[in-house]
Amino acid sequence: MAGKTLYDKLWDAHVVRADPDGTTLLYIDRHLVHEVTSPQAFEGLKLTGRQPWRRESMVAMADHNTPTDPGFTTIADPVSRLQVETLDANARGLNLRYFPIGDKRRGIVHVVGPEQGATLPGMTIVCGDSHTSTHGAFAALAFGIGTSEVEHVMATQCLIQKKAKSMLVRVDGQLGPGVTAKDIILAIIGKIGTAGGTGYAIEFGGPAIQALSMEGRMTICNMAIEAGARAGMVAVDDTTIQYVQGRPSAPQGALWERAAAAWRELQSDADAVFDQVVPLDAAMIKPQVTWGTSPEMVTSVDGNVPDPAREADPVKRQSMEQALRYMGLQPNTPMTQIKLDRVFIGSCTNGRIEDLRAAAAVIKGRKVAASLKQALVVPGSGLVKQQAESEGLDRIFTEAGFEWREQGCSMCLAMNADRLLAGEHCASTSNRNFEGRQGVGGRTHLVSPAMAAVAALAGHFVDVRTF
Amino acid sequence: MTPFTQLDGLVVPVDRANVDTDAIIPKQFLKSIKRTGFGDFLFDEWRYHDHGEPGMDCANRPRRTEFTLNQPRYQGATILLGRENFGCGSSREHAVWALEEYGIRCMIAPSFADIFFSNSFKSGLLPIPLATETVDRLLREVEATPGYRLLVDLAAQTVKTPSGETFSFDVDPFRKECLLNGWDDIGLTLHHAEEIRAYEAQRRQDAPWLFV
Repeated sequence: MAGKTLYDKLWDAHVVRADPDGTTLLYIDRHLVHEVTSPQAFEGLKLTGRQPWRRESMVAMADHNTPTDPGFTTIADPVSRLQVETLDANARGLNLRYFPIGDKRRGIVHVVGPEQGATLPGMTIVCGDSHTSTHGAFAALAFGIGTSEVEHVMATQCLIQKKAKSMLVRVDGQLGPGVTAKDIILAIIGKIGTAGGTGYAIEFGGPAIQALSMEGRMTICNMAIEAGARAGMVAVDDTTIQYVQGRPSAPQGALWERAAAAWRELQSDADAVFDQVVPLDAAMIKPQVTWGTSPEMVTSVDGNVPDPAREADPVKRQSMEQALRYMGLQPNTPMTQIKLDRVFIGSCTNGRIEDLRAAAAVIKGRKVAASLKQALVVPGSGLVKQQAESEGLDRIFTEAGFEWREQGCSMCLAMNADRLLAGEHCASTSNRNFEGRQGVGGRTHLVSPAMAAVAALAGHFVDVRTF
Repeated sequence: MTPFTQLDGLVVPVDRANVDTDAIIPKQFLKSIKRTGFGDFLFDEWRYHDHGEPGMDCANRPRRTEFTLNQPRYQGATILLGRENFGCGSSREHAVWALEEYGIRCMIAPSFADIFFSNSFKSGLLPIPLATETVDRLLREVEATPGYRLLVDLAAQTVKTPSGETFSFDVDPFRKECLLNGWDDIGLTLHHAEEIRAYEAQRRQDAPWLFV
């Protein structure tokens, strides 16, 4: 019999019961909660007179709607304010672990979970948010759910699931200088497409993945959903264990030793068989930039905007034409000639300390291009912000002409006041370049933090390797 | 949840691949703490010329006449015919609520994104994956035939065209039962409360660090 994949191991450890047809009641260890997808679930609980099954499994904070203005005290938009107040009332009313506005530990739920050790290897982790896949970097089975499932987990600590197929994306070799985790995942999505991982749980492996920091692995797993996979994951190694050790909710003492020993088992067996294997050579990956309105519409920075006339598939051709119309781009334009209006560095994809360090290293001592309307840095959490400030990164950014903001989701999805205006091009370290994602009519180009930083200095895309 | 058994419905095409949930219901409407009030804002940026905000009266907003949902021949549609990877992107169940409130009960496409697919069942909507060639043909027939309807039979797992041609589709047996009966998942799961407690007790022994 073939060995088990990491996904098999995580799945098997959480089966409460399984029907012969594979319908499984899966136990959930950690439930992260934010203000946007939870109010209807809390209300559902109330209406049915149910209580949370295990309230200590829940960790709550507002991130999507929160302002990023330095030292803000209120939320100007009354609709946003009500949503945040509703989370506040629900979290306090049920006595949940909660990081309110003003708590420096608050931030984007996918940055805070790992930071607090609320994310641990071997866990099942859910949140009413598709980027929950981020936590798979810790060899956890982590995936996004809808609000009905949020209520289901609150009430039963379980989800009704069927097992997905397994895919190994193996990245061999070594990344070239200036090429990052973000470029790896964009290149993967460019290769398999935004539906390539639909129905699969993806394990990212190979030497180039093992060489990444936890931050880099989180960037990769974060965007598994952009490849269509609900869950992405990376096996446990020393990097994982070292990151977790000493975090506030991580086990300590004898329990730590026991946990760490168990976590070491969280990798696919050598003879495990995957339903699909996708190999990539890290050395071939160049810095990536998206040109369209889906993350699969991506090319390398030294490439050109593609020409729909050369696409044989009529559905794809139509999508490309629509995307170019929306983006206001002409076929065959070199990517480096795309002029930018704004730059956004942040999000659950690239709002961690390593991302800010990478951007600051490029920017240090230089100035943002005069043609740019705005360059924004939004740390992923209050603790990331504090750490960056202790390293002087905030001064590097502000001296260059960047705005240094409070933590939150911000311009990744523009639910707060940070947004693009119609027609504006933005180099963004976030995860989605959908129509209107960063503001109605806004034109998003997804890039790594270093690529966003050089683009901010030049006012257009530049190959960070030649910088 | 409203049971879903049979549906004889007018079909509206949305002929685009990778329709994402940001397009189905833009983010500004996600600020609502209610489960209703999304139908008028379904596909807001494709449906209207102006920028939509929560609470707006949509009766007099300028409409994009080229968008199928605005065309007279598709008014009253309950079946949406789409392309590959329908519902990709964010996990927002608001996308399903918006479709439901607009009147859609069934979506047919070559493929659906995973989270959108499972969210659909929770609100009593049926997503049906059919082969790309079949969807291509249906799209052509819908366009050529005003008043084009399909008959969806969940129990029989079939989609029947006006000419009597029938396509069968796959559906997970558990989800099918829930839809046919309008069952509430949570109630079903709580029948297994003892098993959940037993699992939990064992797990606390084996991996106590998870219970923090």
